[in-house]
Amino acid sequence: MFRERAIHLLLLAAASTSILVVALIFVFLGKEALPFLKEPGLGALLDTRWAPVSFVRERYGLAPLAAGSTLVTALATVFSVPFSVFGAVYIAEVARPAEREFLKPFIEILASIPSVVLGFFGLVVVAPLVKRAFGLYTGLNALTGALLLALMAVPTIISISEDAINSVPRSYKQASLALGASPFQTIWRVTVPAALPGIIAAVMLGMGRIVGETMAVMMVTGNSPIITFSPLDPVRTMTATIAAEMGEVPFGSDHYRALFCVGVVLLAATFAINLVAQRVLKRYGMMK
Amino acid sequence: MKRHIPTLFLLAAAAALLAAAAGPARAGQEARYLTVKGSDTMVHLASTWAEAFMKAHPGVEVSVTGGGSGTGIAALLNGTTDICAASRAIRPRELQLAARRGIQPVATVVARDAIAVVVNPANPVSTLTLEQLRKIFTGAVTRWNQVGGPDAPILVLSRDNSSGTFVFFLEHVLQKEDYTPRARFMPATSAIVQAAAADRWAIGYVGLGYAVEAKGRVKTVRIRKDAAAPAVAPSEAAVRDGSYPIARPLRFYTNGAPRGLAKAFVDFCLGPEGQRIVRETGYVPVR
Repeated sequence: MFRERAIHLLLLAAASTSILVVALIFVFLGKEALPFLKEPGLGALLDTRWAPVSFVRERYGLAPLAAGSTLVTALATVFSVPFSVFGAVYIAEVARPAEREFLKPFIEILASIPSVVLGFFGLVVVAPLVKRAFGLYTGLNALTGALLLALMAVPTIISISEDAINSVPRSYKQASLALGASPFQTIWRVTVPAALPGIIAAVMLGMGRIVGETMAVMMVTGNSPIITFSPLDPVRTMTATIAAEMGEVPFGSDHYRALFCVGVVLLAATFAINLVAQRVLKRYGMMK
Repeated sequence: MKRHIPTLFLLAAAAALLAAAAGPARAGQEARYLTVKGSDTMVHLASTWAEAFMKAHPGVEVSVTGGGSGTGIAALLNGTTDICAASRAIRPRELQLAARRGIQPVATVVARDAIAVVVNPANPVSTLTLEQLRKIFTGAVTRWNQVGGPDAPILVLSRDNSSGTFVFFLEHVLQKEDYTPRARFMPATSAIVQAAAADRWAIGYVGLGYAVEAKGRVKTVRIRKDAAAPAVAPSEAAVRDGSYPIARPLRFYTNGAPRGLAKAFVDFCLGPEGQRIVRETGYVPVR
């Protein structure tokens, strides 16, 4: 009896640690970011330029960074989603067992490549390709960053979508086939729609990965903090800004606090994405 | 004061433990561990110094890390490094912060460096004035034909704002005007070399040592102080006689004048062997 209670408590403690950690991160970020709202003020964050080291005037506008992150994330999502969903359908429904056993390890390897290595690959291989394909003067731009990010999101989206497709009850497919639908009609009209909530959740998780990725993006996007919607312009993302500048700033300076504000915005963005994902799952009754 | 008590207690406990472990023979000995942190420009130089110093002083450990001059200064102000290596002077704001924390940064110039302006070897432009450089990097000039080149856009490459070179260039070439936000801000000097080598219309700036190393992959531009002055290529002699306009001292910052092991290390760097290493690693000796 006592032992059971002890185990129960232990498990409860383990499960609540994550709540505690999330709460502490929120508190910590808030504590470091808040003084910024008092001193330079919220208005400083609405500036259109990010120039934290300047002799003229230090400017901490988040807009260029948010625009950069949004552009790169949107592009990477557009590239990775069709690719990964088709891949997942193939692996789950079409591939023979031998093919599946061959494909899956490679997808897992792709997931485990360190992002610095991918970044280097991007710098030396992808950037020159993009440059040549579009006749640009340099390949360091949002498009190159998005291509690399898509590459990183693919394994996440494939494996979770595949799970969702696999968990569609066999009876659905059998019923469809029994009604005379061809295997491909069954896949597109029955299996994929039935797995859609899971696929959407997979896409959301993939997007979460894309928004938070730092290293590879920092190496290939060109890092210009400008507000742009052209994929062929250089952009600077929020994550790259934090990574590039956090090591340099003295604790407690305006610049330091501005970087924490960037962190808060980033956290809010990923939080919102998660919220949407959960709502979708709830609506389709995949989550109680 | 209250929250220092556990720290003090821990320190005392650690000291007691150390004394017990080391025995009476080692009591009163100097610190044997030294950290040098800061400028990426100086990282190779500082680690070469550290290696030679450790060879000459067995049992002493000198650890060198980069991260940018700002990182080093921040570490000095936060009390997490003994010596800060900096390729720029400490800024007034940082000095204020230091004063508030009771830290007195003292600079020792240990070497000199020139910043080389590099372009792609296919670019016909080979001399620029300081004024033209300022206009290029602030974005006032955006095409090569405005500075005597062909009609092509200028691709501005800069270091990230955590770099001391970034701040030095901002102060001495851009005359404290901001960089154009369209500049590509690169996370490392090697990325600038890589981009200037790959992209035909790029222009960037790197430490002299890097420019020498990257010879053939990038072209070093000769600089005129003004339109009437002679065009000077960066070199040791040009830095020494002051004819190359974008030269800077490389410094060590310590909290107060260097003492103990830090002093021994600084003296070593300024000594004949240390200054020989300066020349070997592509920088300019001060003695």
